[in-house]
Amino acid sequence: MYITIKYFGQLTEITNLEEETLEFDGMYVYELLETLYRKYSTLRTKDFQVAQNKELVDENTKITGQEIALLPPFSGG
Amino acid sequence: MSRYNRHIVLSEIGQNGQDKLSSAKVLVVGAGGLGCPVLQYLAAAGVGTIGIIDFDVVELSNLQRQVLFGTSSLGKNKAKAAKERLKDLNDSINITAYAERLTPQNAISLFQNYDIIVDGSDNFETRYLVNDASIITNKPLVFAAIYKFEGQVSVFNYNNGPSYRCLFPNPPKQGSIPNCSDIGVLGVLPGIIGSMQANEVLKIILGIGDVLSGEIFCYNALTLQNSVIKINKSEETIQSVLKTKNNFNKTKIDFNCVSQIKVASIEDLWSEKNIQFIDVRELDEKPKIEGLEVIHIPLGQLENRLHHLDSTKTKALFCQSGIRSKRAVLLLQQHDVQNCFSIIEGASEINNKMLSK
Repeated sequence: MYITIKYFGQLTEITNLEEETLEFDGMYVYELLETLYRKYSTLRTKDFQVAQNKELVDENTKITGQEIALLPPFSGG
Repeated sequence: MSRYNRHIVLSEIGQNGQDKLSSAKVLVVGAGGLGCPVLQYLAAAGVGTIGIIDFDVVELSNLQRQVLFGTSSLGKNKAKAAKERLKDLNDSINITAYAERLTPQNAISLFQNYDIIVDGSDNFETRYLVNDASIITNKPLVFAAIYKFEGQVSVFNYNNGPSYRCLFPNPPKQGSIPNCSDIGVLGVLPGIIGSMQANEVLKIILGIGDVLSGEIFCYNALTLQNSVIKINKSEETIQSVLKTKNNFNKTKIDFNCVSQIKVASIEDLWSEKNIQFIDVRELDEKPKIEGLEVIHIPLGQLENRLHHLDSTKTKALFCQSGIRSKRAVLLLQQHDVQNCFSIIEGASEINNKMLSK
């Protein structure tokens, strides 16, 4: 299965891209996160939430959609 | 010609809508990059009562984006300088400047005087304070935050909708996310995002259009891409904020050192003798942990099972990837449970590391 991952804010500074498409064989969001942590080790230390097909989801959610977004909080004003 | 003619001729607003604006009371927290455009448009639109709270003073490096100020404002308090400018813009509205910091001690009584709260602050301590005080006083909160070229906008606590904590339950680690003064920001970005906040305020007051509640709008000024992400309400999160109501003014916030969720690697913990490992995943989640004595309390049951925790031991909580366990640690800290850590690794990685130990 191919999944598009979107990165926001400071996460793009870790991945050096705003979006990528990965081949992924797992079932759950946490498995996808583990895959991303292996690819980008400092991602694990960052705070963010996960959205699947534009809806915030728990790490325990089954991956059913084609788009996953990683959304960090911003503090600036 | 009336000042508000261009509003009144719109059938969606009319004199009736303009009267609603005139009777509305809006508090803007922070008169910085976001606060300036918000204040400018609310004052111009004739919002009848506007409060501005900011303890900071105008500096030269603010003028690149904080459009209410000029060189004559340098060194002045931002709330007072903003009021001065807005009085010239519209002398028929009431403006109150609070030249002080928003704290748990003054937030509740201040918020009670207004109908809508706008968050234009620039740090997580204030953002969580604004959110929690909005929940306690039951006021809609028009939120925005920016980072370099990106912005986030949402409306929280609106018509029983989700709050900021339903999106981001806990403040991030101190210093993990830099602010504009450390890393820079495109000057026009808060102008765009703050104007969107002003638009949400006006829609709430007028009762027109769709309010940005239950979703967060994310905007990128470089790519012009935007995403709207749906947020679900967590009743549990909101209830736990409401529980702090009676002691809210006793909350201490150290603006230089926010309370942290302690995290640790399994490698630092397994030699520890006096430790209780707690799996906060659901009971059927795999893999099971091998070679460690673990008690199992799913996150949703944790609050009701605090008595299963051993107060004489360090508590190390884990889940599938480290997100729920952080929430669990925060929850325990709110219940004054000492010595809790969230394990950075998820269950499968704990097993791998145990095997290669």
